[in-house]
Amino acid sequence: MFDIFLSAETLSSTIRMSVPLIFACLAGLWSERSGIVDIGLEGKMLAAAFTAAAAGAYFQSPWIALLLAIGVSILFSLVHGYASINQRGNQVVSGVAINMLAAGLAVVLGNEWFKEGGRTPPLPPEAQFPIFHMPGFDAIQSVPLVGPYLNIISGHSVLVYLAFVLVPVTAWALAKTRFGLRLRAVGENPHAVDTAGISVAKLRYQAVIIAGILCGFAGTYLSVALQGSFVRDMSAGRGFMALAALIFANWRAWPSMWACLLFGYLQAVGLRMQGFKIGDVEIPVQFINMLPYVMTVVLLAGFIGKSIPPRASGIPYTKDR
Amino acid sequence: MTPAIELIHIDKRFGAVHANKDVSLSIGQGSIHGIIGENGAGKSTLMSILFGFYAADSGEIKVRGAPVKIKSSSDAIAHGIGMVHQHFMLVDPFTVLENVVLGVEGGALIGPALTKARSELKRLAEEYEMDVDPDAVVGELPVGLQQRVEILKALYKGAEVLILDEPTGVLTPDEADHLFRILGTLRDQGKTVILITHKLREIMAITDHVSVMRRGEVVANFETKDTSVEELAEAMVGRSVLLHVEKGKASPGEVVLDVKNVTWRDRKNIARVDNVSFTVRKGEIVGIAGVSGNGQSELLDCIAGITKPASGEIVFEGKSIGQLGDPRHLRQEGLAHVPEDRQHRGLITAFDASESAILGWQFEDELGKGFRLDRDAVIANCRKEMQDFDVRPADPLLRSGKFSGGNQQKIILAREMSSNPDLLIVGQPTRGVDIGAIEFIHKRLIALRDQGKAILLVSVELDEIRSLSDRIIVMFAGRIMGERDANATERDIGLLMAGVQKDAA
Repeated sequence: MFDIFLSAETLSSTIRMSVPLIFACLAGLWSERSGIVDIGLEGKMLAAAFTAAAAGAYFQSPWIALLLAIGVSILFSLVHGYASINQRGNQVVSGVAINMLAAGLAVVLGNEWFKEGGRTPPLPPEAQFPIFHMPGFDAIQSVPLVGPYLNIISGHSVLVYLAFVLVPVTAWALAKTRFGLRLRAVGENPHAVDTAGISVAKLRYQAVIIAGILCGFAGTYLSVALQGSFVRDMSAGRGFMALAALIFANWRAWPSMWACLLFGYLQAVGLRMQGFKIGDVEIPVQFINMLPYVMTVVLLAGFIGKSIPPRASGIPYTKDR
Repeated sequence: MTPAIELIHIDKRFGAVHANKDVSLSIGQGSIHGIIGENGAGKSTLMSILFGFYAADSGEIKVRGAPVKIKSSSDAIAHGIGMVHQHFMLVDPFTVLENVVLGVEGGALIGPALTKARSELKRLAEEYEMDVDPDAVVGELPVGLQQRVEILKALYKGAEVLILDEPTGVLTPDEADHLFRILGTLRDQGKTVILITHKLREIMAITDHVSVMRRGEVVANFETKDTSVEELAEAMVGRSVLLHVEKGKASPGEVVLDVKNVTWRDRKNIARVDNVSFTVRKGEIVGIAGVSGNGQSELLDCIAGITKPASGEIVFEGKSIGQLGDPRHLRQEGLAHVPEDRQHRGLITAFDASESAILGWQFEDELGKGFRLDRDAVIANCRKEMQDFDVRPADPLLRSGKFSGGNQQKIILAREMSSNPDLLIVGQPTRGVDIGAIEFIHKRLIALRDQGKAILLVSVELDEIRSLSDRIIVMFAGRIMGERDANATERDIGLLMAGVQKDAA
């Protein structure tokens, strides 16, 4: 039991599993604080994951893969932006469309390019991101009991550290910068922003582009760093889980991170529980894989108080009222 | 002296609507200039053009004699024009400081701007009697203070010309007086104030000059001291209007409504209606006066059967409201209700007028048998009511939301009055209604009274209460502060509204 729930391996895996959630959750945060509901996190993440894996296999470089993945993700978010900002469309519909488009396109193109049933070839080590070791942590590894636990924060892909650095950066940028102030304002009352002489559309485009960039990181991490290749539907609802975490965290950066860590932990535990037995009965693996999703539903349904979305989120801006 | 603002041949169309027809207007520096007109006369559009919110189709704007192009609100702000909108342009979860610096942060970080704004607000507060806690969250401030934040926002951005769009609609008489004092100080300091309103009294009380708009045109300009309320009203409507309804003496009959010790508590268990008792008799209008939010709305809901009081009893024609049940059954018993919030409760803006005109009566047999609704009957019903109440346009198929406020109200009144009720309870019958329609609505209410029906009127417009009511009840903080007859002075009632009881007896 201890091994499953509290071992250093579980915790280390928690960190890895929560990274795509954190990227996606922050993407959602930037977008929704500006008033654009982003249900297309899942699709953008998937599109980025596929692009990164395909480009990684072709160019054998994680950096080119990342760059292209971000580009594709931004493209998708611009489509969402055009639909919801210029055309004042329904943001949920636009997001769902992006999810479906990404899921279909990835498989079709993957099959055409690599002929492996939608998979991409596994990436060799030189096409992977460098691993960052905390200086001096290798020595600690051998310290009994404490050593392995301290080590869970060392030896991850550089993207992992980037994700955790982005949390305070986001919190700070929203609270202390001009851009953050305006972004929060446009998500609450775009009329106030417009009459203050600031362009509502420009702010919202900036927000969806940021969301695109962050989804690019999320997808790239998923396929290049976590899995080493692309398989169909590999985002596996992480985009929705990130949205749940966002609601859970009441659209704030630090709580978002904790929510993502919680969901990441559930996923990590799920992975290690495969083949878990109670007495003689083996718990079917499907039940274990279900855990994080069930927990998400339970948490959202009962355990959080009232969470208040930005007031203007989901509402297209028009001058007349 | 060069005028502060000149609008020259401004023309603006929204599709088929000609909102501003060749409007020319000159506004003197250091003066308070009123623009008056009925709803939809084009006042707000004109000012939105000046503030860069809309672009004029043609015409020219001059600021201090120099022609300028105002393409956006930031251009207007740069030319020293500030605007306080009717619906506040505030970000509710932000603090006062954050709201004030929005758009003029001065750098990529907001820290320095907040520090500067804090000291600037302190100076403005001292100069203009405008104290606000800079760290208060705007959404938690009362409306009067929110409006002050709007004015401070404009002044902080260096406004020399301040446009106020219907600023007193949300204020108590006291707050309105304070606002006028502030505006007076601003003028004395050389600022120019443009006041858009449809309230004649405000124009007379505070402005130096006044322009009257009707159907998109400026139809008259006056020096305030040379004009009168009657002259302005006539210019606004295009015909002479009766500002005070003629009514004879009431001849009250038996008691129709008996409210006994009613208390209603909100979710926080605070008594919003506190031990209220009164009666309404046949053939009289009882007015409930009070500043908005002092329990009148909740009391109305209790009487209309929408909510249940925590204690006490409401008796309508000998039967308890609690036993009669929901609003539908109350209607059938002869208790009609014109709700305060026309747009949300009175009608459904997305429905055709004919559908809004049967809300609450849709079960009646003449409108269709069983589950079927007889559309022809519904439309015929609406057509008849529209004719009776002079609703314009008289189109039963037009969406309810497309009618002006006055005509929406007429549709609701027609619906409720046509059932020939014994008691009509009316909330804010003329809020956002232009004076032509006010005259009409008031006449109909009086006529209903003269037929021997009982009317309970709730209004925040003291003038309306005083001109219509036979008896006036004043509410403050959920309690009845006192009862006066129709001849009570404005000051007397005003004191009761503020919670001051002159005679403790």
